[in-house]
Amino acid sequence: MTEKNRENYNKNYIAYVNSFDPPTHHFKNCLRAFGVGGFICCIGQFFRVVLEAFGLSGDELAGTVSVLLIFLGTLLTGLGVYDRIGRNAGAGSIVPITGFANSVCSPAIEFKTEGLIYGLAAKMFVVAGPIIVYGVLSGTIVGIIYWLLG
Amino acid sequence: MFAEYLDVLFMFAKAFAVGGLICAVAQLIINFTDWTSGKILVYFMLAGVVLQGLGVYQYLVDFAGAGATVPICGFGYLLANGAIRGAQKGLFGAFTGALSAASAGVSAAVIFSFIMALIFRSRSKKN
Repeated sequence: MTEKNRENYNKNYIAYVNSFDPPTHHFKNCLRAFGVGGFICCIGQFFRVVLEAFGLSGDELAGTVSVLLIFLGTLLTGLGVYDRIGRNAGAGSIVPITGFANSVCSPAIEFKTEGLIYGLAAKMFVVAGPIIVYGVLSGTIVGIIYWLLG
Repeated sequence: MFAEYLDVLFMFAKAFAVGGLICAVAQLIINFTDWTSGKILVYFMLAGVVLQGLGVYQYLVDFAGAGATVPICGFGYLLANGAIRGAQKGLFGAFTGALSAASAGVSAAVIFSFIMALIFRSRSKKN
């Protein structure tokens, strides 16, 4: 089979396989993501209100809210609950900071059997690594631009 | 007194709406492209950095509170905000600002994940 033929064949096959997929319910999916994502943000807002009553403010307040949500995210991941939420909520469980925590914790648990260094610790940053790399890169670029502009 | 409660309640509604909307947009992107969760997280975080770099995201944070800070764009907002504030102190500040601002989140993610990974074991994924 020539390269061109093979490509066509693959394309046809993929189209054939896809024709058996259940149709994507765009509206329903988005509504679920909206509900779950909004709910997680409301939990964050709840922490904000409670911690504000304890006298926290500014960076300390924002940081503590993040830490609490990350704790919840890792705990639910460990208990296997977060995967079950994610199956139905899609982006609603990925985009909030709890999803970031899940992306750190889940491979750490999964690859624990490959050792503490090359398993648990190395695989921890499979998804979070790119976020930190591009976050630090872009953040520092913004900082240097602001420094240049005075 | 009653007006204060109403304000708090209204803030929850705004957090729900804005946070939910960001997630719904992400879901829409997932539906129409083959982006995985890692790609979504990176691009949404970058969106937060760019928007705060332009000075726009702060308005969303003031408006929606946790609705804007809890999604991963809020992490980007934090990075950019830290870098901008550091830049006011000089070049060294611009260099350290981003990661210092994100330090709480990154430390928490690493420490809690490590503890949870020691406690729990991987379970087979049932569908």
